[in-house]
This record gives sequence, structure tokens and C-alpha cells, in this order.
Amino acid sequence: MADITIDKACCKGCDICLSICHKKIFVRSKKRNNYGTNMPEAVNRDTCVFCGMCERLCPDGAINVRKTEEDKEK
Amino acid sequence: MNELYEKYIKKESLPTLFCPGCGNGIVQFAAIKAFEKMGIKDDLACVSGIGCSSWIPCYFKMDVMHTMHGRALPFAEGLKLSRPDKKILVFSGDGDCLAIGGNHLIHAASRNIDLTVIEINNYIYGMTGGQKSPATPEGSVTKTSPFGSYDEPIDGCSLVAAAGGTYVARWTTAHPVQLEKAIAEGIRHKGFSFIEVLTQCPVQAGKNIFGEKSPVAMMARYKEMTYIYKEGMEIPEGKVRIGKIKHDTSRKEYTEKVLQKLEEKNIKKGQSNG
Repeated sequence: MADITIDKACCKGCDICLSICHKKIFVRSKKRNNYGTNMPEAVNRDTCVFCGMCERLCPDGAINVRKTEEDKEK
Repeated sequence: MNELYEKYIKKESLPTLFCPGCGNGIVQFAAIKAFEKMGIKDDLACVSGIGCSSWIPCYFKMDVMHTMHGRALPFAEGLKLSRPDKKILVFSGDGDCLAIGGNHLIHAASRNIDLTVIEINNYIYGMTGGQKSPATPEGSVTKTSPFGSYDEPIDGCSLVAAAGGTYVARWTTAHPVQLEKAIAEGIRHKGFSFIEVLTQCPVQAGKNIFGEKSPVAMMARYKEMTYIYKEGMEIPEGKVRIGKIKHDTSRKEYTEKVLQKLEEKNIKKGQSNG
């Protein structure tokens, strides 16, 4: 399962990641970021294909996707 | 926070001052990714003028000059001539580059000095509240053109290609991988490289020009309104060309010429003549 973290201090809640992910990993949550808007949450993390588009298209560099030991073995 | 952000961005100045969904952050990340791939963090210096997009290099952990409005290119030329070993990037907006600094852009391009200019074009003056910029499309209603703009927009890429720039490319924020490759190629290229990036400004351009405030819809629109030219292709009407537009390696570079002249006259660099 991919290790996906979203930084609360960097995220501004622009919702680009919600529509850019082809696997629909990000969903809206009720959690608030430091900017005061709703921030996304990563679900279904086992379907991640590591295309890196969420990292590239996040305007604030809040998303970090890392491969776990389990993924490296695949 | 992203791993590369931790390496390249000053953490104490975060969060960035860009609005939610602003394309400047995407350009910033593409540039960081290009630096990381090339491994040239210590040889770089960045110069920028005034505007939203000129805040991009201010967050980098490297040598950065935040200079006067429109005058980023003269500062960068001076820096390049005094430190020819450094690779210099100039981040500039459409107002900074084409309106206030338009003259400097033409002359820097005609000199073919080794700079990489990244012009972030969001079609409007975003920081000051949505006034018409030289790149604003015809017919768009803004704060300073209430009856619809009737000026022809200036095409930065054609201008630089005609003035003598040797590497010209245009990409959008919807193409981050290609943008990263273009930035790396522009840094590697010896001569004046000009990369125009069409970015979304969901707050000002979204309200005044495109009529939609969602950054995702604007990025989808940029994908629709652009085309990549292939040879023998019929040119679609009303669309903007993206991709590599010009790449010419035959012209001589300006700093080389200057250093050669100094050598001929037996003048050491940093020494006055007399």
C-alpha cells in the first residue's frame, strides 16, 4: 500500500488532486487545513500506480507519495 | 510536505502567498524537479521582477534576486556577465515580461545571452486586481477594459523567436512533465531560452476572462485550446501552439563574445582598462 501523506500546513484546499487522480484515491474530508478550507483524504491507497501526477500538480507541494517495502517487492 | 520541497524550499516562509489553485506552484514544482534531475542546485541563481509569478524563486534555498518591476532581465544580464559560471533563471510574468520589461526582453533575445527566461502567462494582472495585460485575449472584459478588450494580444514566443532568441517553447500547467523537460533543456541550451507557460489564475482571470473559477476546469480548457504542431499538419483555427517552437544552436553566445574581446585586448576580468 502506497504511503500517501497530505501536509496540513501546506494544503489550501484547491481540489486539483480530487479530479486529477485517475484512480480516485483522494476524497473530500471534513478535516480542516491551516488555511481554513476542507482538505482531501487519501483512501483506496492500494490502487495507486505511482504516476506522480498528484505530486506534480499540487500547487503547494502538500502531497508526498512514497513506495513502501511491500510495493518495492512487487 | 513533499520530499523535494523539503530540500529546495525555505520552510520558514511557507505557506506560499499564492491563492488556492494557482498555477505558479505547479511551475515551481516543475522547476524543482528539473533541478533535482540535473543535480545543479549549487550552480544556479534566480532573478525575478514584480508580480505574482515573480514570487516563485523567492522560496528557493539558493541565490535569488527580487528586483524592480520589469527590470529582471537587465539584472540577470549583469549577473551573467560578472559570473559566467552560474546558470541563471529568470521568472517573470506576462506584464513584467511583455509590458513593462518588453524592451529589455527584445534586447536580451537579440544579444542571445545565456539566460533561461520562464514567462508565466496568466492573461491578466493578477496581483493588482485584474487589469488588462498585453496577453489578454480580444473581447475579454476586465477592470480596465469594461467594454471588452480591443487590443491584439502580444505573442511572447513569436516576439522572442523573431528578435533572435535561440530556444523557444510553450507549455501549459496541464503538461507538467513536458514543462519540466523544457526547463531542463532550456538550462542546458547555450543561448537565450524562452519558455512560456500558460497558467491558470482562478481568482482574477477565472472571474474576468474565462468565466469559471475552478482551477481544474481552467486546466482542462488549456488542454482543449492548445495543439502540438507536427510536420505536415493542418493548423487548427483559434488554437494556441504549444511544444518546442524554435531550437537553433548556430548563433554565438554573448558572454563568450565579451570574454573573447577582453582576451584580445589583454584585459583580465574585473580589471579596468587604463
